[in-house]
Amino acid sequence: MESSSVSVHRTVTSRPSAWRALRGYNVIWATALAIGGYALGHWLGSKIGANSVAQTSTDQDDVAILMGLGFATLGWIAGLGFLSYPLGRITGRPSTLREREEHGPWRYFSLCTDHKVVAIQYLVAVLFFFFVAGLNAMFIRGELTSDNATFIQAGNYLTLVGLHGTMMLMMMSAGVLGPLGNYLVPIMIGSRRMAFPRVESLTMWLTVLAGFVLLSAILLGGFPTGWTGYAPLADQARAGIDAYIVSFMLIGISLALVGVNMIATIITMRAPGMTWSRLPIFVWGMLTTSILAVLAAPVLAAALIMVIFDRAVETSFFVAATGGSPFLWDELFWFFGHPEVYILALPGFGIVLEILPVFARKPLWGYRLAVAGMFGVALLSFMVWQHHLFVSGINANLRPFYMFSTELISIPTGVIFLNGMGTLWRARIRFTVPMLFSLAFFFNFLIGGLSGVFLSDVSSDVTTHGSYFVMAHFHYTIMGGLVFALMGGIYYWLPKVTGFKLNEKLGKVHFWTMFVFFNLTFFPLFAAGMLGMPRRVSSYNADLHTLNVFVSIAAFCLGASMLIFLGNLVWSVVFKRERAEANPWQSLSLEWQLPSPVPVHNFDRIPTINSDPYGYGFPDAPAVADFGPRVLAGEAGAT
Amino acid sequence: MSESSAALPPMSAGPRHGVRIFATWAIATAIVVPVMIWVVGPHIPPGSTSQQARDQHDVNVALTALAMPVLLMIWVYFGYAVRNFRQEGEVVVDGPPITGNARIQATWLIVTSVMVLGLAVFGTIDLLSTGGSGGGEGPAPLAKPADAASALQVQVIGQQWEWTFRYPGYGGVETTELALPVGREVEFHVTSLDVAHSFWAYELAVKADAIPGSDNVAYVKALRTGSFQVRCAELCGLWHGHMNTTGSVLTDAGFATWIANEQKENAAVTKDLPPYSHVYYPAPLRNG
Repeated sequence: MESSSVSVHRTVTSRPSAWRALRGYNVIWATALAIGGYALGHWLGSKIGANSVAQTSTDQDDVAILMGLGFATLGWIAGLGFLSYPLGRITGRPSTLREREEHGPWRYFSLCTDHKVVAIQYLVAVLFFFFVAGLNAMFIRGELTSDNATFIQAGNYLTLVGLHGTMMLMMMSAGVLGPLGNYLVPIMIGSRRMAFPRVESLTMWLTVLAGFVLLSAILLGGFPTGWTGYAPLADQARAGIDAYIVSFMLIGISLALVGVNMIATIITMRAPGMTWSRLPIFVWGMLTTSILAVLAAPVLAAALIMVIFDRAVETSFFVAATGGSPFLWDELFWFFGHPEVYILALPGFGIVLEILPVFARKPLWGYRLAVAGMFGVALLSFMVWQHHLFVSGINANLRPFYMFSTELISIPTGVIFLNGMGTLWRARIRFTVPMLFSLAFFFNFLIGGLSGVFLSDVSSDVTTHGSYFVMAHFHYTIMGGLVFALMGGIYYWLPKVTGFKLNEKLGKVHFWTMFVFFNLTFFPLFAAGMLGMPRRVSSYNADLHTLNVFVSIAAFCLGASMLIFLGNLVWSVVFKRERAEANPWQSLSLEWQLPSPVPVHNFDRIPTINSDPYGYGFPDAPAVADFGPRVLAGEAGAT
Repeated sequence: MSESSAALPPMSAGPRHGVRIFATWAIATAIVVPVMIWVVGPHIPPGSTSQQARDQHDVNVALTALAMPVLLMIWVYFGYAVRNFRQEGEVVVDGPPITGNARIQATWLIVTSVMVLGLAVFGTIDLLSTGGSGGGEGPAPLAKPADAASALQVQVIGQQWEWTFRYPGYGGVETTELALPVGREVEFHVTSLDVAHSFWAYELAVKADAIPGSDNVAYVKALRTGSFQVRCAELCGLWHGHMNTTGSVLTDAGFATWIANEQKENAAVTKDLPPYSHVYYPAPLRNG
């Protein structure tokens, strides 16, 4: 199964059979080259920085560590084979855009240009890091069962907080774009691939690298800054922060590239007849998210380069005493950071509005308004970032403007609620697991949104800024919103992706435990914040002890409910392997008209699109697409 | 946009869903909003220790009361839909093919826009009329309380992981305790010597970030004597969670005695301090 017609890139053509599986570029070589690259970069860096004041005054050599991480990235990319294409073009070798698409299981461990393989790689990677970050949260809640630092040392506690926050932000930004976006967007628009398949694979492998680089912060002494990396604390921190900087940069680059790829795909690769007004709402969600990613993520990467310079060569972008300003970091970070939180919201809107019509058996209500709402959110998200700095003293006279612009966002967000409500009007709701998660999305996101109104009001923000109220607010929007939507999306689309059914009963147990314990965990934290508990502390007022113990117990149960999800995945996909029908939900959408799992080339012929996928209830609705002489839907399960 | 279809069985219990939803919502709102204002409201932080705490308390109660009708509308609607618009059994039946309703959409947009505009106007007027509501306003505050000119100036200096306080009106004496006179306007000047902190006097409802190289002004007028907690609300490194102290609001006479005592006790230290300034630039501590 290793033989293939696309072997032109592989420099090694014959090996002893024992090495067959390792032949060519794959994650094993990438790991080896990354470790070798780190050693080389570290050695070079230590030579370069050996005599500089910046390095001899500390016990950790930032130049060496940063160069090590840089070279490790190069080694990783080279080991996976991303350099062979540009090098091949330079040396005039013939090239192909399709690589390792029919290489058996090893394609999941290497550069593969099949968008469906990349999506599955993404899903596994994102879920892996999601569980790692979730485990950090369990440790955090464990420590908070006591009102004073006990079993986790104060420095390690901050590292846990930083790892949890940064890992979740990084992985959830890619959490829908990567797995569901890469899998579904080409299929939904009637394309055989993404516009830039190699870039698509690169973004996925950069995400994996970013996750491991961030975890390496543990080996480098941890970092004390949380996910916001505020200067000058980041400047003062030990070398663990270098891992934070490099990993966040890698994710920034990855996100920007995902965005470019998505936008190009959606604009240029649509099948005939796929007009803008027939585009599934999920694809609109991916498009608007991508626009945010393309415009915001590079700002983060640029700002992080400034931090690197501040740390490694003693520039003064953010150091007040030598002419810089900590406010500069705040501005740049939140200019990225606020669009970022909508990168974490818009995909959720897309998923739930895609799922609701299927299980309400009604057309999506107010399609154009939903699209406008998404663009409204995307546009406004660039105009609100200083609401994170209401009490910082920066541009205090602009606070009324930022209060206004922040509150304006509730108009397009409210539109999404109207779409959901309209779709449910006189519907024929089936309470499947994906539908339950979608309904819970509205419940949670409503609480998240209304608590946001408190934070947008300057006077009220003085009470709650920097407290657990904020923390509860964004967990309601990101976990209660995006993660619930993602879970709904996974239960909805995984039968298509894997070809196997997920256990419905376990899914319902997972949903109800997650929903109940999510609310029991985070709702009391609004009160904790109002009662004066600052974020990111491991010791707090004794009178908040009972509340925190309650929250911790609920959080452990929430963690356990995630294990039910994991158990369901493993049980259904690895052990039970019950074949899913091609269209178990009776959806009208294009992806469900294909066999499960979808064949490598998606469509034998590029289909002609006849209508939007929401024709429920129209007695004379046309088939969503014309597949030509061969109708693939008739071949369910025939892979 | 046809609302009925030959393929559809008739809806049970008539089409008066809208009326029922509205009635449920109206009743729920009529009960919940007064409860929120008069039963829960008095317990909503941050209390009434200072003028600013009162202002923020009023805003928090107002926003809670305003949030309830919205919350209830969505909950009642979804609850009603989930209860009444369900399809039991294995049969898959399509609902009516309604794709939108321009009038409802326009009404929704207008209503939410009016609410948002109202919130913004309310928030702005409130911010300006309460003298900044206890929040940090930077070196040149837009909103000042009426008697700001005669305010007692207190500088708050954050450093890892300790708060100190300087009283420029009393020879620039620097203390480790914070004491304020009751009933008098106080002008905090918050700054930092190393990394970003945030000065949070919880019961006084004051919060102002302490940023190195920056002078952040916040006003407060304490209304009652007693103690209050001071915390750090911005992650500042290892002992961020321990950067606490207790301040006190004293009577005028008590404050005069206290500050005179501090001046005497700290006289030797005050002599060696750098001259009072809104910002300080100590050599940065870099890379561990």
